[in-house]
Amino acid sequence: MKALQVIDQAFRTTTEEQDDAILWLTRSMRGAGGDLMVLLKGHAVHYAVLTGRQPPLTLGNWQQQQPAELHRDISGLVESGVAVYAVEEDLIERGLARLPLQGGVQAIPRTRIPALYEQADQVWHW
Amino acid sequence: MSTHKTLTFAFMDPPFESERTVTFFRLLDAALERGAHVRIFAYEGAVGLSFARQAAHGNAVHNRDLDSEKHPLTREWIASLQHKAAAKGLTFEWINCGLCVDERGVNEVIDGCGRGGPPDLWRYATEAFNTLTIGTR
Repeated sequence: MKALQVIDQAFRTTTEEQDDAILWLTRSMRGAGGDLMVLLKGHAVHYAVLTGRQPPLTLGNWQQQQPAELHRDISGLVESGVAVYAVEEDLIERGLARLPLQGGVQAIPRTRIPALYEQADQVWHW
Repeated sequence: MSTHKTLTFAFMDPPFESERTVTFFRLLDAALERGAHVRIFAYEGAVGLSFARQAAHGNAVHNRDLDSEKHPLTREWIASLQHKAAAKGLTFEWINCGLCVDERGVNEVIDGCGRGGPPDLWRYATEAFNTLTIGTR
């Protein structure tokens, strides 16, 4: 069974959970043997061009010690064999198209999305 | 399991904050009504749906006391769907993401709801006719 994780919500939970909850879920299921792909669309295409950790939150004397490392989570997925795609037009609309994509992330035009969906047995839209 | 189809649901929203929560429960009820086995993976805030300490309250604005207000509780909706499934000879399984439970301190859950993790979602999905994920917005 192959599942396609479609993520279009960006930076959801990243401060409190120290990651993106769906990237985390995908890495965990991959570790359990899951066969998965990831499609970044909408605002989530920002994940494809991140190069550093999220800025730590400071509230009074409290400062976050371990902010999210989304670039690490994306590269970890790619290294574990999960294909990660980003929608080309969504990168262009956000002025991100000229930035280098993280290693292994593949930009695809919207016209290729149906074919990607066809490769999956289940499509999970988060 | 019988020849009935099994549907898996993954849900992220907490109780009392979003209409998605009500819609999610309507979908569960409809799935049972149509004879499907149902499996749920509760993720993030959705682990609060089965919290056993949810308590009803009266409402002065409604001019009703505790007994007459009959405030809805998601733990009671889950229990009701468990009974509906049992009456129809269907399965109704519910697993909460354990880490999500711990960080929210909602460890006390009603009977029939268990603790697990993403491998359980993957197992549920692999064995299901299909999976519906409903993320937080």
